[in-house]
Amino acid sequence: MPKLTVNDIEVEVEDGSTVLHACEEAGVEIPRFCYHDRLSIAGNCRMCLVDMERAPKPIASCAMPAGDGMVIRTDTDRIKKAREGVMEFLLINHPLDCPICDQGGECDLQDQAMGYGFDESRFSENKRAVDNKHMGPLISTVMTRCIHCTRCVRFATEVAGVPELGAIGRGETMEITTYLEKTLASELSANVIDLCPVGALTSRPYAFTARPWELNKVETVDVMDALGSNIRVDARGAQVMRVLPSLNEDINEEWISDKTRYAIDGLRCQRLDRPYARGRDGHLHPVSWDEALKGLAAALRKAKPDRIAAIAGNQADVESMFALKNLMSRLGSSNIDCRQDGAKIGGNRAGYLFNSTVAGIDEADALLIIGSNPRIEAAVLNARIRRNWLSSRMPIAVVGPKVDLTYNADFLGDDPSIIDALADGSHKFSAKLKKAKRPMIIIGMGALKRTDGAAMLGKARQIAEVCGVVANGWNGFNMLHDAAARVGGLDIGFVPSRGGMDIAAMGKAAKASRLDVLWLLGADEIDFEVFSSSFVVYQGHHGDAGAHHADLVLPGAAYTEKDGIYVNTEGRVQYASRAAFPPGDAREDWAIIRAVSGIVGKSVGFDSLVELRAALCALHPHFADADQIAPAKWAPFGGRAKLASSPVGYAIDNFYMTCAISRASETMAECVRASGVENVAAVAAE
Amino acid sequence: MLNDSDRIFTNIYGWGDTGLKGAKARGDWNKTAKLLALGHDEVVERIKASGLRGRGGAGFPTGLKWSFMPKVVRQRPHYLVVNADESEPGTCKDRDIIRHEPHKLLEGCLVAGFAMRAHSAYIYIRGEFVNESRRLQAAIDEAYDAGLLGKNAAKSGWDFDIYLHRGAGAYICGEETALLESLEGRKGQPRLKPPFPAGVGLYGCPTTVNNVESIAVAPTILRRGAAWFSGLGKENNTGTKLFCISGHVNNPCNVEEEMGIPLRELLEKHAGGVRGGWKNLLAVIPGGSSTPLMPIEVCADITMDFDALRNAGTGLGTAGVIVMDKSTDVVQAIARLSYFYKHESCGQCTPCREGTGWMWRMMERLVRGEAESHEIDTLEQVTRQIEGHTICALGDAAAWPIQGLIKHFRPEIERRISARHSVDAVNAAE
Repeated sequence: MPKLTVNDIEVEVEDGSTVLHACEEAGVEIPRFCYHDRLSIAGNCRMCLVDMERAPKPIASCAMPAGDGMVIRTDTDRIKKAREGVMEFLLINHPLDCPICDQGGECDLQDQAMGYGFDESRFSENKRAVDNKHMGPLISTVMTRCIHCTRCVRFATEVAGVPELGAIGRGETMEITTYLEKTLASELSANVIDLCPVGALTSRPYAFTARPWELNKVETVDVMDALGSNIRVDARGAQVMRVLPSLNEDINEEWISDKTRYAIDGLRCQRLDRPYARGRDGHLHPVSWDEALKGLAAALRKAKPDRIAAIAGNQADVESMFALKNLMSRLGSSNIDCRQDGAKIGGNRAGYLFNSTVAGIDEADALLIIGSNPRIEAAVLNARIRRNWLSSRMPIAVVGPKVDLTYNADFLGDDPSIIDALADGSHKFSAKLKKAKRPMIIIGMGALKRTDGAAMLGKARQIAEVCGVVANGWNGFNMLHDAAARVGGLDIGFVPSRGGMDIAAMGKAAKASRLDVLWLLGADEIDFEVFSSSFVVYQGHHGDAGAHHADLVLPGAAYTEKDGIYVNTEGRVQYASRAAFPPGDAREDWAIIRAVSGIVGKSVGFDSLVELRAALCALHPHFADADQIAPAKWAPFGGRAKLASSPVGYAIDNFYMTCAISRASETMAECVRASGVENVAAVAAE
Repeated sequence: MLNDSDRIFTNIYGWGDTGLKGAKARGDWNKTAKLLALGHDEVVERIKASGLRGRGGAGFPTGLKWSFMPKVVRQRPHYLVVNADESEPGTCKDRDIIRHEPHKLLEGCLVAGFAMRAHSAYIYIRGEFVNESRRLQAAIDEAYDAGLLGKNAAKSGWDFDIYLHRGAGAYICGEETALLESLEGRKGQPRLKPPFPAGVGLYGCPTTVNNVESIAVAPTILRRGAAWFSGLGKENNTGTKLFCISGHVNNPCNVEEEMGIPLRELLEKHAGGVRGGWKNLLAVIPGGSSTPLMPIEVCADITMDFDALRNAGTGLGTAGVIVMDKSTDVVQAIARLSYFYKHESCGQCTPCREGTGWMWRMMERLVRGEAESHEIDTLEQVTRQIEGHTICALGDAAAWPIQGLIKHFRPEIERRISARHSVDAVNAAE
């Protein structure tokens, strides 16, 4: 632990720290542009220069390792002059077009120019102009503003793992560009917008729509995948203008995926803003809440309890699922399922969590992935795997089709017999798992939503036990969910209890005309044809597949429009907050269910969100521990049957369109077009 | 004046056979194994004792540099990298070594590589040196065929390979860490130091980067003894040095001379004197384009060595002596150098990327006098804002010539400005 003196203040910093860290430790702010905590050190902006005793020249504090006994000064005339000099150089070729720049108000260059800039320019030559570059539908470029800090290049190369961003030319003609002006082929590409300290890379969909100081900022949780990335939703009035990452070291650090960031324009389209009922003509007609609720109550009263079922979708909040579960049980039905993809999971908590935690990925030293493409299913998590791989080159093997994961993985194949071999320890990768101190298995929905999903889960548990994946306080058995609602649903038991039907059984019953009412809580990704004989109630926020097939539509709130609890794939309970109000007559989902319960006369036992949460926490105490992860106890789970012979695939093939919001998003549609995903036609047809 | 018997580069003009046979006749590759038998550390010690300072421009003691290499080879191999990316305007010594004395360089590689426990050397040669690279490759092939390189090189028991790598024509790749980047296949941009190449160099392995001349003289120093070498020249500036004399002299040439030779003697004995006589001299750039120029008053009794020139506010650099007589438009000359540095800046760090272009544009206006006289101060301040604030020395190299110009020729710049102003005033009146 080196001890240094910074401006006469003694500080002690960790080994491997830089002088810049030491200065921060001493409470001295160091201006910087190129330096970023999570990227490699470039040392090229020269803004962080400080004086070091016995050094003839100022040193770049971001790049200089802190050494014992160093005497650092940041307040000398020489340093002030040096920084002013650098600032002047940065500004001479900068267009100073702040009034028409989207970065205005949150621009590092603007801020630091206040401290180190001159009030007038001594530069009387022509300024440099640079052609803008095409970086796809998300990133808008004004390259004349670029100060060549190379943060974007380093992010793309190091974190995103797509080395297609780089600098060409040299000297003052150096330009940042993508390879042959291609769209950056990364699910994390838009993070370069946050990283850009100036207005060279700005958000294209958000361009010229708002100024940062007009926005109402709410810290909340993302539901586009099961990672539960922390986000900040910036809204103006009723409209969500943009989503930015919010720092959470244990989950997303400070990155978010492009879908998290840009699917929000889908919140403005295809919204259900009033109840609808299907008329005799077969079309949906607007009705009043009163009519809708009464209609539903009548249908529920008419149906036998075991002919009523409910399915919760991928983005349902815990409260509404809890309310719906209560109502269903009061109605006498145990036909409830939160696994609309038919995944064979549930029961013992260790059997459906990302047990090692997301941060635990940093410690892993061998990884087996079964039926999951983390790059698509949880892009930010994938970046963490890549970071570990970059530094440790840990062995990684994948059971599933070959894809580009941004790190080298050994694709063992997609034949389920490989899983058998891994489970009995005879596969050559088993040895690598056994040798590892912190082995890790990630199993995805691609394996679990198969008809033999339960057997798959059982085999995965067997692999974990055979290879010592759960040992010595380490649990490397990880399930990577793709639905934000899934773990919360499983936690409260939104699955059929004894005698109840799961989604497959519901389908069979409906085909035999033995299912009268099906309540869909935001479930859009199911096979609606089999339910054509049932009275389908769709409660949700978008006019997507669910609403199209429904007989009654109850307009609910999207994730940005309600306070709600979500549990991420590691079992972390997170409280989301409302950033805007639902449109029109749409209501918060738990309240809709409460209203139905009142009309059918089956009280669910709470009248407010506070009471609902109290009831929830009384039954499931861990919901009271926000942002905590209680380690789950290891106990048997999974089936014992033989695996089917069909190849193991992945759950998601189109990253950009996985939910009603992203399917309604124009930006996501453009991303699909730009990325050249093959199933564009299929998506469009849907 | 240096005795012929003390010359190291006896075939620098290519008058003799440049092949292996001729080189051997001149003493190259003579019992090289015996030199290596001294042992790694002894070779380093003797080079240290000789007082040899790096011939690439910075003048860092060569033996000391070699001694920074780890004493034990661990998992990572050691590398010797020879900087043959000679691009400094006014400098052409390495080219002649490669053309006419390639075996001195190759033998030097073996000796130096052995001293730093490296089994391979990379010679990074300037891209424009097409014929030179062919010549050098031919020499390498010759040496391999003769068993002087490869397994058990020169029967010394030391395995040694030399790889020739051609650059793509960037001045910045002569900066040692940019050279390493380029050699690794990346964009030629200097690295941050620390870590220094001796710890983390080529492919992350301990590496020493030396100039061609520093390496080429090493075997001769070992053969003739450190005392012989340190007996030449001046204290702390020992030995002989190749001077490249260009510009307004009657006989531009490369010549090996003792360090510390008076400039006037150097020019008059070897280069036939300044064109039109000593009094016709305007200024001399003593060490390649990046060193500040010296006006005639300074030139009169300056000696050509690192310390004397540094004390005179300039530097020996690569010893590329550029002579300018009174016919020279000195402002235009320095403006041309500014253009060179603006063109060759790698663009990595701010002061150099932005500042070199600004300086060049101001210089261009000063050439025509299209400026206000206070802009001379602005220009001076801009050079100070660049100097010492960049990752590598290119920023300094761009700033120094202008500082030298303003220091010694400010009246000339002001004269142009006022002349231009009076022309403008006349035009305006008309």
